[in-house]
Amino acid sequence: MIQNNPIGRIIAHIILIVGILIVAFPIYYTFVASTQTLQDIIRPPLSLLPGGHFWENYSSALFGGISKIGGVGVDRLLLNTLVMALGIAIGKIIISILSAYAIVFFRFPGRMFFFWFIFITLMLPVEVRILPTYKIMVDLGLIDTYTGLILPLMASATATLLFRQFFMTIPGELVEAARVDGAGPLRFFKDIVLPLSKTNIAALFVILFIYGWTQYLWPLLMTNRNDMATIVIGLRKMIDFTDATTQWHLVMVTCILAILPPILVVVLMQRWFVRGLVETEK
Amino acid sequence: MASLELTDVRKVYGSAVEAVKGVNISINDGALCVLVGPSGCGKSTLLRMIAGLESITDGTVKIDSTVVNNLGPAERDIAMVFQNYALYPHMKVYDNMAYGLRNRGMPKDEIDKRVRDAAQILELTQLLERRPKELSGGQRQRVAMGRAIVRSPKVFLFDEPLSNLDAKLRGQMRVEIKNLQRQLGVTSVYVTHDQLEAMTLADILVVMNGGVVEQIGAPLDIYEKPASTFVASFIGAPPMNLVPVTADGSGLILKDGTHIGAQGLAVPTSGAVIGFRPEDLEVSAGTDTHIGGLELDLKVLGVEPVGAESYVYGIIGGERVVVRVAGRSTSQTEDHLRVIIPKEKLHLFNEAGKRI
Repeated sequence: MIQNNPIGRIIAHIILIVGILIVAFPIYYTFVASTQTLQDIIRPPLSLLPGGHFWENYSSALFGGISKIGGVGVDRLLLNTLVMALGIAIGKIIISILSAYAIVFFRFPGRMFFFWFIFITLMLPVEVRILPTYKIMVDLGLIDTYTGLILPLMASATATLLFRQFFMTIPGELVEAARVDGAGPLRFFKDIVLPLSKTNIAALFVILFIYGWTQYLWPLLMTNRNDMATIVIGLRKMIDFTDATTQWHLVMVTCILAILPPILVVVLMQRWFVRGLVETEK
Repeated sequence: MASLELTDVRKVYGSAVEAVKGVNISINDGALCVLVGPSGCGKSTLLRMIAGLESITDGTVKIDSTVVNNLGPAERDIAMVFQNYALYPHMKVYDNMAYGLRNRGMPKDEIDKRVRDAAQILELTQLLERRPKELSGGQRQRVAMGRAIVRSPKVFLFDEPLSNLDAKLRGQMRVEIKNLQRQLGVTSVYVTHDQLEAMTLADILVVMNGGVVEQIGAPLDIYEKPASTFVASFIGAPPMNLVPVTADGSGLILKDGTHIGAQGLAVPTSGAVIGFRPEDLEVSAGTDTHIGGLELDLKVLGVEPVGAESYVYGIIGGERVVVRVAGRSTSQTEDHLRVIIPKEKLHLFNEAGKRI
């Protein structure tokens, strides 16, 4: 319903602005805290304006190493998390687009069996299969490796289903036209299916990147060494509830740095992301 | 340039559903063959078997006396125009037309020359850089044809290519396809369910029904001498009137019991169907008799004036018929007209619907 009533618009805007303030204020406050000294933070009230220690705090967190986590810098944590998030997102997309392609465009024995098998794994979230998976990773010696962090999270029934649904909207005539044009299965995939899936891939990438970036339980189990920890795990390790040695200013810096990449991905890919969600290009 | 020969071609889906039941067609080099029939008659399946998109259960398909049964669509040297055009939505018009050539590994400048030549013929030169989304239905249709032309294949296959266009454009494109096919001289198979399209386009017309060929021939031959009641009612608009009759010693008996003189028609005692085209009836004004024609009484149910002519709908002997009258008809509903069918315009079919 679209109304042009000015009062209605003002009220709507007020509600929206209040909403944004409620959501954004904690983030702003975190940013403010990340620019103060530790002493300022633990002696309330905290100022509502950013302090003057921005460079000092950020450079010491990024490159100085943080004693709480064995002297590893946030740069290392960011790199670990980036590798993991990218690995999961890209790996998931590659595997699911290929399996969906096989299920939709090929006739082979057990096609429906495999489809349902993939479908059923939806009912088994990471938490349920975490112990057997962990055992396998230990046996394979993959603790504290990127492979161990990425591999078990890579198979995705959701993404496979999504691609399957999209592929089924590709008209049969298009497939046949490509066959008449002499495009084999691989060429058809490369020249027709992939370009048509661009927006879907972009939307999935955004979702999966954030999924990978915010993983907590799996990296917690898989990493023992501090220099293999992801940023979420690093954050957790920096906070100590038993004594007062937590370096809150660095925690705040890490928080801000942790939310920057997902925001960047969303902002940069927003155009594609929205298109992938709302439009089916045919 | 090639001839196309189908011998006993059959298609069985699963184990029981027989979509095409033994079809024999032979098409000469450069001829345009139209497959026409109602939905589900197997015409599209047959076309797809020629294209190689559907496997052939039995029989052979020969292009230029080479059996192509086991070749893929790309190896048969055919080009196909699809009902929904099947243009690649993410490619420009140019790339849509060039795609098949690139897959064949043709040199770039040769591709460019062919695409531009085809675009010239189809008046697409201005549109080469556009995407299919930005084109109208007629333009998309042209691109689909262009994609077929650039390949210079042995056989063109058209799968109801005009059914998504509006009536006016359809008429235009029909003429264009015909001219193009003549100009290029490529053997073509064209599938349609529109009998008007079939009549106007075909060199050879194949009327199909229920997976079998009912009749093959030149369009006008089929119109004038339909081999069965099915063909008679399918070809021509409005369709041929079909009135069942039985015979006794004295003459013919219509469905509602009316007796009429046999006029020398050899109607079997088991019964028959008399067919006559709507335009072949003469409405008799007075009491003048017509030598050698069937005289019948027509009760008018309604009149449809369409301008140059009028269609009079009515009942003869309990069977609905339609009469085409030049100009405007003055007949009113419930009128009774005396109509005469000249003997030479009568078609007689036996009980099974086959022409006698």
